[in-house]
Amino acid sequence: MFKKILIANRGEIACRVIKTARKLGIATVAVYSDADREAMHVKMADEAVHIGPPPSNQSYIVIDKILDAIRQTGADAVHPGYGFLSENSKFAEALSKEGVAFIGPPVKAIEAMGDKITSKKIAAEAGVSTVPGHMGLIEDADEAVRIAGDIGYPVMIKASAGGGGKGMRIAWNDADAREGFVSSRNEAKSSFGDDRIFIEKFVTEPRHIEIQVLGDQHGNMVYLGERECSIQRRNQKVIEEAPSPFLDATTRKAMGEQAVALGREVGYFSAGTVEFIVDGDRNFYFLEMNTRLQVEHPVTELITGIDLVEEMIRVAAGEKLRIGQDDVTLNGWAIESRLYAEDPYRNFLPSIGRLVRYRPPEEGTRTDGTVVRNDTGVYEGGEISMYYDPMIAKLCTWAPDGDDRPARLAAIDAMSDALDAFEVDGIGHNLPFLSAVMRQDRFREGRLTTAYIAEEFPDGFTGVAPEAAGAKHLAAVAAIVNLRIQQRASQISGSLTNHPRTVPEVWSVRIGDTDIPVSIKTVGDTETVSVDGDAALAVHSDWRPGSTLAHFTIGTETLQVKVSTVGTGLRLRWRGIDAVIRVRSARHAELARLMPKKLPPDTSKMLLCPMPGVITAIAVTEGETVEAGQTLAIVEAMKMENVLRAERKGVVKKIAAEPGASLAVDALIMEFE
Amino acid sequence: MEDILIRLEEMRNAAQLGGGQARIDSQHAKGKLTARERLVLLMDEGSFEEWDMFVEHDCTDFGMGDNKVPGDGVVTGHGLVNGRRVFAFSQDFTVFGGSLSAAHARKICKIMDQAMKVGVPVIGLNDSGGARIQEGVASLAGYADVFQRNVLASGVVPQISMIMGPCAGGAVYSPAMTDFIFMVKDSSYMFVTGPEVVKTVTNETVTAEELGGASTHTSKSGVADLAFENDVEALLELRRFLGFLPLNNKEQPPHRPTDDPLDRPDMSLDTLVPANPNKPYDMKELIEKIVDEGDFFEIQPTNAANIITGFGRMEGHPVGIVANQPMVLAGCLDIASSIKAGRFVRFCDAFNIPIVTLVDVPGFLPGTAQEYGGIIKHGAKLLYAYAEATVPKVTVITRKAYGGAYDVMSSKHLRGDVNYAWPSAEIAVMGPKGAVEIIFRGDRDDPAKLAEREAAYREKFANPFVAGQYGFIDDVIRPHNTRRRIGRALSMLRTKDIQNPWKKHGNIPL
Repeated sequence: MFKKILIANRGEIACRVIKTARKLGIATVAVYSDADREAMHVKMADEAVHIGPPPSNQSYIVIDKILDAIRQTGADAVHPGYGFLSENSKFAEALSKEGVAFIGPPVKAIEAMGDKITSKKIAAEAGVSTVPGHMGLIEDADEAVRIAGDIGYPVMIKASAGGGGKGMRIAWNDADAREGFVSSRNEAKSSFGDDRIFIEKFVTEPRHIEIQVLGDQHGNMVYLGERECSIQRRNQKVIEEAPSPFLDATTRKAMGEQAVALGREVGYFSAGTVEFIVDGDRNFYFLEMNTRLQVEHPVTELITGIDLVEEMIRVAAGEKLRIGQDDVTLNGWAIESRLYAEDPYRNFLPSIGRLVRYRPPEEGTRTDGTVVRNDTGVYEGGEISMYYDPMIAKLCTWAPDGDDRPARLAAIDAMSDALDAFEVDGIGHNLPFLSAVMRQDRFREGRLTTAYIAEEFPDGFTGVAPEAAGAKHLAAVAAIVNLRIQQRASQISGSLTNHPRTVPEVWSVRIGDTDIPVSIKTVGDTETVSVDGDAALAVHSDWRPGSTLAHFTIGTETLQVKVSTVGTGLRLRWRGIDAVIRVRSARHAELARLMPKKLPPDTSKMLLCPMPGVITAIAVTEGETVEAGQTLAIVEAMKMENVLRAERKGVVKKIAAEPGASLAVDALIMEFE
Repeated sequence: MEDILIRLEEMRNAAQLGGGQARIDSQHAKGKLTARERLVLLMDEGSFEEWDMFVEHDCTDFGMGDNKVPGDGVVTGHGLVNGRRVFAFSQDFTVFGGSLSAAHARKICKIMDQAMKVGVPVIGLNDSGGARIQEGVASLAGYADVFQRNVLASGVVPQISMIMGPCAGGAVYSPAMTDFIFMVKDSSYMFVTGPEVVKTVTNETVTAEELGGASTHTSKSGVADLAFENDVEALLELRRFLGFLPLNNKEQPPHRPTDDPLDRPDMSLDTLVPANPNKPYDMKELIEKIVDEGDFFEIQPTNAANIITGFGRMEGHPVGIVANQPMVLAGCLDIASSIKAGRFVRFCDAFNIPIVTLVDVPGFLPGTAQEYGGIIKHGAKLLYAYAEATVPKVTVITRKAYGGAYDVMSSKHLRGDVNYAWPSAEIAVMGPKGAVEIIFRGDRDDPAKLAEREAAYREKFANPFVAGQYGFIDDVIRPHNTRRRIGRALSMLRTKDIQNPWKKHGNIPL
């Protein structure tokens, strides 16, 4: 076995590998760039080597720098994680020359699977199902119709130089194919000056399902079930699960066996993933093979009980697999949510900066048998930097198979709870979005496709409106919190002992534009709450002034709600709802209703700063008529220039910011007439 | 007797209606509450006792003899805020536009006198069209009577002005002499001369909102301390604010129980100061992480944001916090920030509120604008305020403490009681680069040598030890322990008792 492993990576995956190495009694070496001096993986490793400036092309992916670090520390093996050098065959080769083990597949396999066209050819040769299509050039419409018929409708007619939907047609029958071919070719010619066209099967209701394989250097290979990763945003996976709610045992077996066949074809060993696209009729087609550990590997670990990193290390050390295919059982259900530093309310704009608050939920087994796991590489007070992937953490939950409730729903509910208990502040993040998805019927029913996010959030994410039941829960929570605040306020010193302030029992809770009456009564040690005339329910809460996250038990239900104050309002965050709620006495509520409703200023005629940054240039002058697409201003943020362009034609009325000014997000730059 | 009681009831009912239902509706239509509705929000339920409901004006000119409304446009009295006594007046815009008559002024003076006798705060809810023109000089005299009382009460009982409608001309000077001015957005404005006069005299066209609205006074002029969304929000926040203040200058600030442990470490503070000395960080994060429950009531958040002022609590005891903000103008001191913080320090000192100062200051802002504007005298205000203050003063230097600004920011030399430094503290006359360019002027053409010198200077001064050798700082503390260390210092200082020499009053550089 190895004595010392160097992890040629950073962030959560470096931490993940260190954990397993430690378990196996192997020393660890971290590498770090200037931006990662204080990073968690550096603190966790036994040794750490500085490898250069922040950009990864000057540090993490410079092979020579990693080799230097290896020589310096005497590491005898390298785990590449994912990304960076993990699928770089030159790196694997360099290590082999150095006499250092690469904890990953053989060079040949990396090379074979690294090229999309080659890998597809090999897959087809290995008997793996690939998307039927005609790669050659198509002469005329008749040929197009014939090929389409051979493939079977629906088909996609694509310009080979195409992109962005141009020169692309879907045909459902011969007439479509004929017409589509002609218009595609015309469009391709005019758009790209290249009228080459090809046709392939159009996959309806596509789902992304991948098979985890694991092999050793002695010719043994198994598949460890599948993961479904259909919840994606612009090809970036957001939520993954294992198993897939869509696969039956037969399909799983067929996919698994094909994946292993492909692995054998290229002499694969170590952990690898064969990605498939699966249509609504469970036809599956090979997409590509990832010759590394996947980001979403924890869900497989949770349902198989196998530590993939440990297996990779053992395989790299020449050990034989300790399991055969018959030993692989899929147990329970696991979900992974990727917590990204991306602001869902701003079209998932990356958000960088300091993690002012970072409190993940407690990991481990909960009383109901579900498990919470959080893979992360950050800590409170740490920094999400602009140089690397904006992932903050991978939160996983697992639920056992049960008689009373499907494991999948139990895992989803556990995820919902875990997200409620996850506190992140200081940067924008997608927690509310993830919470929202966990509550969607379509997700809960497992009706997924890779277009899920685009279809369910066609106008982007605008938050979750508190629906009736949720509103009542939140009203009760707000009333309890307010009561504690008022009770404590009346405990101030100097209050006249014979004129104590009496805190009322009946309150008016305003959520959105609705006032909900709530009464709270205390009898002995028990508090009860009645919302909107409903039966009184006993309430308990561990909320104290200053608590940012607390449990609230209302009747039989327990909620974990994030609580903060905004002026005299209470900001409550729960299940993707983010609402400012006001609790007032009946009389105060009556007066509050007299207050004018202030609409947010109309920003449609303003150019607002999209991110905190410095104005480096204002490209127009007051009174100037600008055309759509014309450059208005340049904001430098995260050391990058962001060109702000006119969305439509207009006249500049007023310029409110000068070059050199440092602006906050949403600060006014200019107004239009 | 029965007749009298019936008549009393009728008069009370008439007074309750103020200027009549039509005017009340019009007040509501403007998004404003009536004088009495406002008092309902300010006071504990049922605690308000009204005085002088039957006062009427004594003017007979211009037909005023037949035009009388009980109360004469202002509701006065006392009540409780969380069980603590306050006096208040609330001007009634529905009665003669809330204009100030001699009788109206007498009512205000009466409650101010009473508040002084019993030592409790005076809260003014201002919503007045100005002087009662029909009364002429009698009205002006009324203003002056109020001004005089504002001055005598200053530093004795807290005085807070809430501007909830127009406040123009002479009327502005009463709020101006109170301790804090709060405004309501979109429905209040303050100016000495209104837009029409401005147009006539200077030919400037300006709206009332632009000239003296809440955003003008909270960001441009610094006249107002806070602006709130509406009447309800404003008055409920005022209740919260009063919880930080003692009732008078002989009392200690009020204590309130808390579950937030003093020894709560915050490891994230260890990474608050960035490795790069020129990179900003948000000082508000430090404040919010060290005060009880993260509850910080900021004063003047949008004016002179390069310095932060506001109230928090440590172990349930109020503290005033003054902190440089590296995010704005690198946290330097300039005219506006010196005035803002100087006034805040003096308020805390007047009312026995300990001052916690968090320092990261690269110096005073250079330039002609500052010099011509009188930074020498204005900067001296903050210096004077700190030097004069006798309340407990605890200081933490988080990073830069350069030059004269180091002295100003509650240094040991200005009777700072407990002065701590973080390991990242740099206490020096100026930044290393500037320093070596002066000391080693001869090397100015040799960048390599200068860089070497700079490194040497940084090595010597970019740490808290030199100041530590002199005893100018009492200890170097770990950032994550800041809350515990400040709290411990404050508890030690709770019995602090020092007196400045007797004087009629000092001569602060105004």
